[in-house]
Amino acid sequence: MASTFTRMIAGRYPAALLASLGAGTVAGGLLLSDSALFAEGKRSLYPPSADFPDLRKHSNCMAAALTPAIYARLRDQVTPQNWTLDQCIQTGVDNPGHPFIKTVGAVAGDEETYEVFAELFDPIIKDRHNGYDPRTMKHPTDLDASKITNGVFDEKYVLSSRVRTGRSIRGLSLPPACSRSERREVERVVVTALAGLKGELAGRYYGLGDMTEKEQQQLIDDHFLFDKPVSPLLTCAFMARDWPDARGIWHNHEKNFLIWVNEEDHTRVISMEKGGNMKRVFERFCTGLKQVEQLIHERGWEFMWNERLGYILTCPSNLGTGLRAGVHVRLPILSKDTRFSKILENLRLQKRGTGGVDTAATGDTFDISNNDRLGKSEVELVQQLVDGVNYLIDCEKKLEKGQDIKVPFPVAQFKKY
Amino acid sequence: MPFGNTHNKLKMNYSSDQEFPDLTKHNNHMAKILTPEIYSNLRDKETPSGFTLDDVIQTGIDNPGHPFIMTVGCVAGDEETYEVFKELLDPVIEDRHGGYKPSDKHKTDINPDNLQGGDDLDSNYVLSSRVRTGRSVRGFCLPPHCSRGERRAIEDLSIQSLDVLDGDLKGTYYALKNMTDEEQQQLIDDHFLFDKPVSPLLLASGMARDWPDGRGIWHNEGKTFLVWVNEEDHLRVISMQKGGNMKEVFNRFCTGLTKIESLFKDRGHEFMWNEHLGYVLTCPSNLGTGLRAGVHVKIPNLSKHESFGEVLKRLRLQKRGTGGVDTAAVGGVFDISNADRLGFSEVELVQMVVDGVRLMVDMEKRLEAGQAIDDLMPEQK
Repeated sequence: MASTFTRMIAGRYPAALLASLGAGTVAGGLLLSDSALFAEGKRSLYPPSADFPDLRKHSNCMAAALTPAIYARLRDQVTPQNWTLDQCIQTGVDNPGHPFIKTVGAVAGDEETYEVFAELFDPIIKDRHNGYDPRTMKHPTDLDASKITNGVFDEKYVLSSRVRTGRSIRGLSLPPACSRSERREVERVVVTALAGLKGELAGRYYGLGDMTEKEQQQLIDDHFLFDKPVSPLLTCAFMARDWPDARGIWHNHEKNFLIWVNEEDHTRVISMEKGGNMKRVFERFCTGLKQVEQLIHERGWEFMWNERLGYILTCPSNLGTGLRAGVHVRLPILSKDTRFSKILENLRLQKRGTGGVDTAATGDTFDISNNDRLGKSEVELVQQLVDGVNYLIDCEKKLEKGQDIKVPFPVAQFKKY
Repeated sequence: MPFGNTHNKLKMNYSSDQEFPDLTKHNNHMAKILTPEIYSNLRDKETPSGFTLDDVIQTGIDNPGHPFIMTVGCVAGDEETYEVFKELLDPVIEDRHGGYKPSDKHKTDINPDNLQGGDDLDSNYVLSSRVRTGRSVRGFCLPPHCSRGERRAIEDLSIQSLDVLDGDLKGTYYALKNMTDEEQQQLIDDHFLFDKPVSPLLLASGMARDWPDGRGIWHNEGKTFLVWVNEEDHLRVISMQKGGNMKEVFNRFCTGLTKIESLFKDRGHEFMWNEHLGYVLTCPSNLGTGLRAGVHVKIPNLSKHESFGEVLKRLRLQKRGTGGVDTAAVGGVFDISNADRLGFSEVELVQMVVDGVRLMVDMEKRLEAGQAIDDLMPEQK
């Protein structure tokens, strides 16, 4: 069998390579570390130009940034964990996007992705984050909630308030790249740390694979349960592998602090409550985050973070703060005004339906949140959201009284740090 | 390529037990066979092109299956997969292919003269006849694992070879990504067009990457001979026509396949084949002949008969709906085809279909006339 085997593949790679390895090794399968010679043979048969993806019908940040020259330089590079460029961009190749909605089209497999493939990711980041240049700029981190002013909204308009972010555990691969054992390790590290939370943050964990029907129903009723991803943006990025292994939901007994484990990121951290007290939501958010960080430090772990990019997450769109602060707000009159979109744009806010991203608004209630993630601190972004929502409510009140409203000046872009 | 953890270095820092998938809710061949010991022996191996055990089994982990339908749960990324991971795949093959042993030899026979009869199926009942198989081009990775460069090379090779065909096999290639709306509609109307896979069984194995790059459909002018390029296998070859003349369908199938094989050889490429596994394809269920010969047959009475299942089983046939695998029958019309792929030759399998369907039509006629069919019950083949 071995000699037939050698002959079989002689057509593909130079026979000399095989002879030097020995047919027995080949028939028995190479060890993971020995494939270098074969990779070499394949590279000479297929230059980067043969593999360059067809992006002519594509509309995403990756397709806009990736040139044949960049691909040629990066195709054969790997991160220390052996994550490749093709794996980063597969989701962008498989999802051409829509002319009106520009998706990112690339994901990170590990922290080093953003360094090893910087030649591609830096322009993507610049495109997605309004000109933020990772080569020259620094990202500020600020989780001091006491700085927020006017953070309690009129509850006649604001029905609920929510802040979310993500955190990655340094030293473990991200959801597109992680093995089962790494994913289970993330779960173990996070769940152990969360067990140390006390007082109003004390809570419990529900593993997706282990929960009872009753628990599942309760989580659905609370709007806490997340499902196996169906979006091809996520499934093409290998994030749904081994579902539901090591995925779960943790929440405190008060049900206003919630953590998703191993969904689209290692962790997604959410603080939320009914009503308009965004300041309190953000306070709990910051306290909770700091306590969790402390708890993992005690066990020798830390979050992925650097000065250039802030908190490191799977999708480049969530770099920096990874923060989306938002409200469900009723704006029956303003939402029908033709200036609504422009007002949102200048306030650097986005609207979504009340089901979250890519859903439609029900009635006159909108999910309004910050557009930006990177280049401004958490405090800055939450304050921007607070100021913006207050402005929108003010507009709504004016329109109720038959008064006119003004489109505000655009909010300033980055400061240089 | 293509999975997240294919060459993930960190995973080797964890023990085999820490990596072993949770298969407690699973019902597929892979989950039945894979033990922690097998996983431990194979997890650090890879084929020369870099396909790993985790690559092989990912689709089976992500698709637990159904208590009634046993899927395979693993795929090959290249020809060598079946060798390097034989400790897992030999028992899977044995389980799936009725006890086929690692030492067994598979017989290939695509000489259509060896088929007896088959031109005499009653067209009042047999609405259409079809034979399909797959072929893989040696030296390239299979759809779960191939790079874009390889996939395009297979497409180029296929176009060059198919362009040479003449006579009643002369035809045209339609690349999926270049098709006009008009061409697309025509192919849909002819029931030729294949779509981007939506089945999670296929998606989870990485076969839909880069769609529609490198994919296309070739067919002859008469629309009776059709080749799919880079869908679930490198090539799927289909011969089909209305009515019950399976002999003609099989003749064209064999002639076409033989010609295509020789055209590929002219260009320095052969098909993946060995004397143990026959033709090598992506899914272990299609090894051997990769052949599914079938008819659409109207059997409203027989299909409601209590012995229908038993008849099929003894004839070594399976039923499907008229939309193909995993669809329902419409109006008493069933897709009846051979259940086996490996361990029987092409001629033997088509013979089983021809003889079996002839018998089933006889049974249908008896039941129409209100007569019994007990004396017609076949022996187990």
